Amino acid sequence: MSAIDRSAVEHVASLARIGLTEDEIVRFTGQLSVVLGAVDKLAEVDTSAVHPTASVLPLTNVMREDLVLPGLTHAEALANAPSTDGEFFRVQATLEER
Amino acid sequence: MTRGAASLLPRTIVEAAAILRRREASSRELARLALERVAADPYNAWLARADERALAQADAADRRLAAGGAPLLCGVPWACKDIIGTAGVETTAASRMLEGYLPPYSATVVLRLEAQGAVMLGKTNLDEFAMGSSSENSAFGPVTNPWDPTRVPGGSSGGSAVAVAAGEAVFSLGTDTGGSIRQPAALCGIAGFKPTYGRVSRYGVVAFASSLDQVGPFTATVEDAAIVCEALFGADPRDATTMPLPAEDLRRELGAGVQGMRLGVPREYFVEGMEPGVARAVRAALAVYERLGAELVDVSLPSTDRGLAVYYVLQPAEASANLARYDGVRFGLRVEGPDLVETYRRTRGAGFGPEVKRRIILGTYALSAGYYDAYYGQAQKVRTLIKGEFDAVFQKVDALLTPTSPGVAFPLGAKANDPLAMYLNDIYTLPVNIAGLPGISIPCGLSEGLPVGLQVIASSYREATLFRVAAAYERATEHHRLRPPAATAVAGARWAGHDPGRRRAPGGGGMTLAAAAPVVGGS
Repeated sequence: MSAIDRSAVEHVASLARIGLTEDEIVRFTGQLSVVLGAVDKLAEVDTSAVHPTASVLPLTNVMREDLVLPGLTHAEALANAPSTDGEFFRVQATLEER
Repeated sequence: MTRGAASLLPRTIVEAAAILRRREASSRELARLALERVAADPYNAWLARADERALAQADAADRRLAAGGAPLLCGVPWACKDIIGTAGVETTAASRMLEGYLPPYSATVVLRLEAQGAVMLGKTNLDEFAMGSSSENSAFGPVTNPWDPTRVPGGSSGGSAVAVAAGEAVFSLGTDTGGSIRQPAALCGIAGFKPTYGRVSRYGVVAFASSLDQVGPFTATVEDAAIVCEALFGADPRDATTMPLPAEDLRRELGAGVQGMRLGVPREYFVEGMEPGVARAVRAALAVYERLGAELVDVSLPSTDRGLAVYYVLQPAEASANLARYDGVRFGLRVEGPDLVETYRRTRGAGFGPEVKRRIILGTYALSAGYYDAYYGQAQKVRTLIKGEFDAVFQKVDALLTPTSPGVAFPLGAKANDPLAMYLNDIYTLPVNIAGLPGISIPCGLSEGLPVGLQVIASSYREATLFRVAAAYERATEHHRLRPPAATAVAGARWAGHDPGRRRAPGGGGMTLAAAAPVVGGS
């Protein structure tokens, strides 16, 4: 594994939909390379016979009754939204009109 | 109140409950006293106050106490880390992203404490989205340490630790993903406990790293930690990662002592990097356990030094997925751009602070095509090895004893530009989250006038044993009674500033024993 470079930071920031300033790109590139250097220790461990642990809980497929319970009202669900339109969250158009 | 006008809050839940039952103070009087101290807090420990709500809860508690049969927590003032959702009380996770957010519902842990009649004073400051070990990453300014306001209180639950250490609340809740309860408890000289993963509901808690996060208490004593956990523990139909276990008396072994117990000392936790004063205090604590009749057992957890690497893959990876929800659509900040993608980018660029951005980028990188197996997949496998080593050790010992943090509280800004140095603060606490185990930090003395924490780790779901081991040490020592000087000042008085002469007085001469202070109804 190699140290993270500027273009990797820019690419990942774009995947994560985070706008970074020029200063942040430069700073994060250096800092994340140091952190990844420490993380690269993992490659030294032989895990060919080891199963991954996603959760330490001994639970799988937790089921419950399918009951209808009261939920949030429209007003409650919309109360924290930056922009609304009637009973809806308002967002910018993602498709152009023809 | 019947005792002293310029009084202090009771230090413990047990003491508060006794005062309330002896009618020496009403819950309303305790709440008013606490709210005065909160209003005068000089450490930036609080982000929101809930005065009216607290007084209404206190009045309800007083009616319940008058009727008799009220639970121990009834009428006791507490502080809530501001990453835990509280209906109608602003919940920000110390982020610009959530400034002004009013949750439409409360977290299960909040409802459970409300059901006991506990009185919530307000919301405490933290590292943004709980990402940090110093409480400096808050968008609303850093928290300072009452033992020395030029130093950090630890983090991420710094405000909740300070609230209890400074006598502004009797207990508080924090969250612990890699040490965020235990490390600030150590640096502030109080008890801080992270339960076994799955013991406490995460419903309504702002998600950080879902396979690691757990809610737990800050308290003045081990017994108090057990009392709070009895209220918090138990399966929640709204959180499928809670274990369906029967309710448990967690205090049943508190007085049993450690005579004949086998306590493991993992040699990998006593290596380079630890401050000499911390090593001295922890070694002295081990000697106390021997004197109390425990057998210390040298054990090995060989993968300990992989813990940091595992944690700094899994935790940012999970965080990057959890924080994808902050898109400026349903709640939180929106910074509009020319199109939707640009709106996302601007919103997240403006709403998240530098540490949050670093972790999202690191996590997204570890999950991205070509790197997933090498980072995320491999980290999950090494997680299996770390957990297996703990499981094997717990076949031989009843509990483990380690330092909580390699150092004492450090000066503000000292590690701000070196993320890796900051991450190393949690080197002794994060393996416990990786393995899902319960761990507590309790005070074990001072180094250079600042508190040192001893960590007790037990096997999964063996909290009663953990509390037994921690309580035995607490009973045999006075360290848990040490308070920062400012905490014993008259209510409402403000910290007069840093006084190195007092802090570094030899033999802890500058410290005040709470037992000697005019505590309301002090026992």
